[in-house]
Amino acid sequence: MSLVGARVLRKEDPNLITGNGQYVDDLQPAGCTSMVFVRSTEAHAKIRSIDTAEALALPGVLAVWTSANIAQLANCPGGLPGLDQPLLAKDIVRFVGEGVAVVVATDRYIAADAAELIIVDYEPLPAVASLSAAMAPGAVVLHEVLGGNTVHFQDFENPLNEAFAAAPRTASLHIVNNRCAPSPIEPNVCLADWGRSGLTLWAAFQAPHHLRNTIAQYFGIPQDSTRVVAPDVGGGFGAKINFVPEFFLTALLSKEIGKPVKYTQTRSECLVAMLHGRAQEHDASVAFDNDGRILALKLTVTQDQGAYPNGTGMGLPVLTTAMAAGCYRIPAVAISWRNVVTNTTPVAAYRGAGRPEASFTIERLIDLIADETGVDPVEVRRRNFIPVDAFPYATHSPLAMYDSGNFAGALDELLKHVNYDELKKEQEKRRQDPAAKLLGIGFASWLEIAGFGPPGSLEAFGHLASWESAQVRIQPDGSAIIFTGASPHGQGTVTTYAQIAADELGIDFDRISVKHGDTAVVPQGIGTMGSRAVAVGGEGVKTASGRVYENAKRIAAHLLEASAEDIIIEDEKFFVKGTPARSVPWSEVAWKSFQPLELPGGMEPGALDSTVFQQVPNFSFPSGAYCCVVEIDRETGGVNIVNMYLVDDCGTVINPLLVEGQVHGGVAQGIAQALYEHMLYDPSGVPRTSTFMDYLVPAASDLPGYITGRINTPNPSNTLGAKGVGESGSVGAPPAVVNAVVDALSHLGVKHIDMPVTPIKVWNILEGAK
Amino acid sequence: MIPAQFDYVEATSVADAIRLLAEHGDEAKLLAGGHSLIPLMKLRLVTPATLIDVTHIKELSYIKEDGNNIVIGALTRHRDIEESDLVKKHLPLVAHVAGEVGDPQVRNRGTIGGSLVHGDPAADLPAAALATGATMVIAGKNGERRISAQDFFVDFLETDVQPGEILVAIEFPKHTDAGWAYEKFVRRAMDYSIVGVALQLGAKPGVALVNMSNKPHLAVSASQAIGKGAAIADVLAVINDDTNPPEDLNATVEYRQHLARVLTQRAFATASK
Amino acid sequence: MTIRTSITVNGKDTSREVEARTLLVHYLREELGLTGTHVGCDTSNCGACTVLLDGEAVKSCTVFAAQIHDCNITTIEGAAQADGSFSPVQEGFRQEHGLQCGYCTPGMIMASTALLTENPNPTEEEIRHALEGNLCRCTGYEMIVNAVRWAAENPNFTSGGAK
Ligand SMILES: Cc1cc2nc3c(=O)[nH]c(=O)nc-3n(C[C@H](O)[C@H](O)[C@H](O)COP(=O)(O)OP(=O)(O)OC[C@H]3O[C@@H](n4cnc5c(N)ncnc54)[C@H](O)[C@@H]3O)c2cc1C
Ligand code: FES
Ligand code: FES
Repeated sequence: MSLVGARVLRKEDPNLITGNGQYVDDLQPAGCTSMVFVRSTEAHAKIRSIDTAEALALPGVLAVWTSANIAQLANCPGGLPGLDQPLLAKDIVRFVGEGVAVVVATDRYIAADAAELIIVDYEPLPAVASLSAAMAPGAVVLHEVLGGNTVHFQDFENPLNEAFAAAPRTASLHIVNNRCAPSPIEPNVCLADWGRSGLTLWAAFQAPHHLRNTIAQYFGIPQDSTRVVAPDVGGGFGAKINFVPEFFLTALLSKEIGKPVKYTQTRSECLVAMLHGRAQEHDASVAFDNDGRILALKLTVTQDQGAYPNGTGMGLPVLTTAMAAGCYRIPAVAISWRNVVTNTTPVAAYRGAGRPEASFTIERLIDLIADETGVDPVEVRRRNFIPVDAFPYATHSPLAMYDSGNFAGALDELLKHVNYDELKKEQEKRRQDPAAKLLGIGFASWLEIAGFGPPGSLEAFGHLASWESAQVRIQPDGSAIIFTGASPHGQGTVTTYAQIAADELGIDFDRISVKHGDTAVVPQGIGTMGSRAVAVGGEGVKTASGRVYENAKRIAAHLLEASAEDIIIEDEKFFVKGTPARSVPWSEVAWKSFQPLELPGGMEPGALDSTVFQQVPNFSFPSGAYCCVVEIDRETGGVNIVNMYLVDDCGTVINPLLVEGQVHGGVAQGIAQALYEHMLYDPSGVPRTSTFMDYLVPAASDLPGYITGRINTPNPSNTLGAKGVGESGSVGAPPAVVNAVVDALSHLGVKHIDMPVTPIKVWNILEGAK
Repeated sequence: MIPAQFDYVEATSVADAIRLLAEHGDEAKLLAGGHSLIPLMKLRLVTPATLIDVTHIKELSYIKEDGNNIVIGALTRHRDIEESDLVKKHLPLVAHVAGEVGDPQVRNRGTIGGSLVHGDPAADLPAAALATGATMVIAGKNGERRISAQDFFVDFLETDVQPGEILVAIEFPKHTDAGWAYEKFVRRAMDYSIVGVALQLGAKPGVALVNMSNKPHLAVSASQAIGKGAAIADVLAVINDDTNPPEDLNATVEYRQHLARVLTQRAFATASK
Repeated sequence: MTIRTSITVNGKDTSREVEARTLLVHYLREELGLTGTHVGCDTSNCGACTVLLDGEAVKSCTVFAAQIHDCNITTIEGAAQADGSFSPVQEGFRQEHGLQCGYCTPGMIMASTALLTENPNPTEEEIRHALEGNLCRCTGYEMIVNAVRWAAENPNFTSGGAK
């Protein structure tokens, strides 16, 4: 029986449900010390002086460092040359939360006490805490070298003026895609131990090899004695692929004081120091005919980079603009973008990274077209979909060569679950009844770019390469170990890889282990991000398993005195097709694979061990159709999601249970962005949502149940057919929710509402309409 | 995350607590359920020199019937109030409100006394105490004194409890078989109210508002209007009298006052069912 | 100031000299090495630190170790059945994929265990309400709800001692 496609329970769970997980903060090596930051309370200020004397005098304090102690060190990797963040602020701070000093003490209680004793004298400077403030004439400049606050501006190649002038209709929207804090429940944690035999860094990270490569290079030490371990990691959502000062500081402090140094971020720190996501503003215009057919699209993305632009942040608008056209055939698309610095936390990848922003805008525009033309939103989508027979489909962007999809099929499947006509009637009825809650129905036909893997794709973000490694190693007893460069942190990759390998190898699922997250154990690796773990890494497991299996067949054939082509496997036994009575078990093949005397001619011991650096020719393009039904309380403005219908096309499903989990989790974060979360700053750059009391990560009662369906358009770029599903929900949910809210209020002339859709925003609209 | 250092002493009786309060002076704080105090201490917004732990004073954790009153010991936990048959019968509003505080873990630790003395205008139980016309029993070195809930709340996070004193009990007049309702408006289920309305009907009606002033707020004119049997519209017309609502991320003054009207109206609809 | 505190944890008596300000969660994690109980916030909102105190769910980051001498604490390490089988709640989380990264999971399991002790057959709404003190960033909660339902439907689950 094939395990790929089966609802298999996770191998990860027994440890995690018993408290036997091992997260970085759980590690407490002998002599372990604790590092605590003093972080800037100013958004923009000169540092006049830092008084560390009292902190240093506190018993138990081992070191207090400011930038003066590390003057020789380069700035934090990952930034843009000249605009990068110092490990500790030098002379000037540029956002609230920037590290100013660190304390190391024998335990975290003393370290916290010492941090309180450090006095930083600031000379405040004017701050720019929003895009408009940063771009205003005469605005204070964050980085002198830039001369302004724009880091990069990419103008339209052709602004499509003629197409717009000639079009029967046009419409525009200004959209603010709200800044979010990724907020994994485990904040950032790292533990460094730099002794005579080298540096070991345990880090809550999504890409340990990437960190090893970087930290070794940073300190100029050889990689053979630099080890990075990402043990159990409590969620990442893109935020744990960024290089942050703590990694480098704990390492160097450990070397300096000769003891392991651990840093455990608090939540309040995490909300201002872990890189944020989204934070874009869009100016979007669309030209269309009276039937709702799109003729041209024009999009300018302004990306808030926060105080220190980094490679990933700079890439976000590239991804957004690449996916600007969504699932639609649009004859002319013009894109432009601008990256701007502000006195806020730097911005980088957060689940979806640039694609949720794209899908939000195009899906809002589709509803705007429907509103303008009177054509039903579902019908506008259908009229503009790229048809199934048009793939591969070249878009305006060389990045986005859509290779597959069935957008109408997903919408058809969705409408089987949604009683659309009834809902529309109900909506009308409620509008007539002032006591009834308003009903809104919102659709999103979304498409994203995932499976980051084609050569060059991750190199652009500073990674070594874009393949993923997989080593499949058969043990002498016939069990198998898979070593992967992917670095799962909740996705269930250990389970899916074992499923894939079990099918390819014919070895029992229970006798396959998957090792990851340790650069001393796994050959090389890239990491888990961009929904690539299955589409690239899983494909690698399949390739390597296939190679091992071919060699195993050759050994079995040799033992059975048959020809390898005739060998098949069932129940872990190899035999010649048609003669199952005479067989050799996997365990025997495995055992003998290590014994030169038992091997077929030309084969060497170790033949059942294969390492693959899996490459894929293209990105993958997961898509789907979502529908959200909301109710709006006319008196309070409160929005309640009644139903959330989700049809995903992630290609081949390896494990429906895990796909469901990924979809739910992504959708939950999407709903959170749409209704609850907003990392807000006041005009002086002080964050107003820097604890879990104000930054509203929703709880169980705040989210709906989900009704899910699926279609399968296999990914043509790998043999598994899988596209990736980790980010889908966060791409599809926000436009579905907001379209539903706007639909509920459309009779009042509402065209758009920015996220998060808070009760007060809705109430103001309802009041305004009175 | 880490509170500053403090000295810790345990009080074993009310007398003991009063003695310890006198001994340790202004820098000491009583520790009850800790669910307002400990979060503030972890952020080092509060740094008491001494904590006097009163959680072990068993005599302050009780719910009893006393003539026309239900008396609740100050250290009674939200959860015990929520589940008490006596409270459900005679003070269904109070039982319900206790069940609306925070989340289950908070209700398992937090005490009614702590909630009242903390005096947070956004808290739930103070509104219930105001709407039901409760009386606070405060003990000090000169014995016990009583003060109405209305006079008890003085300012933002400030009550009439004086240095050296401890709140020992809350006397609630029974509101058996009378209509009541609590409307709590939040964005996220377990949060403090953006606005809340506690309504007690019956012989001694009262309506109190959450997060509508610098302190827990009894809507005096509205309560009087209800007492006189005024029409709902007339109650709503005065519900925002003397309010002083805060402005924050979730609401403006105007929106809060609007919510107070809407929630009061809803409370009426529910209470008279 | 230090204090000697004695707490029964997962049925075993423990006693340590600790600073008065030691939070229960740090007592468990650092003094006793029971690292299954996690910390996810500093404002008592996330519930990752939830343990049972005399059978009731509490946030161990909002209790001082010094306060609860002579109390019984159950952590995730003590959640399994006496014979070593997973508890019905633990098994429910496994069966229904109620966890992804697993960081919120110990707290979720303890809060769910407390719920089922009080209310052995909760509705979906009751489950969501009872878990309001626990944040999960990975699952979107529906599968956690299913996990608790699974446990409610299989109260006598045992794996016969298999762990
Ligand atoms: C996550 C979270 C969510 C919450 N949500 C809500 C909510 O939605 N609604 C709500 O109303 N509350 C909420 N709370 C607060 C909770 O109800 C607290 O329990 C309550 O406010 C304080 O009670 P306590 O017993 O914990 O007091 P403590 O924190 O121990 O004490 C609070 C203050 O009162 C003093 N004090 C305590 N008892 C006495 C006494 N008997 N005499 C004199 N002084 C005393 C203390 O010295 C201290 O200054 C929440 C708390 C948390 C952590
Ligand atoms: S750690 Fe978040 S509630 Fe305890
Ligand atoms: S499983 Fe990751 S936070 Fe809940």
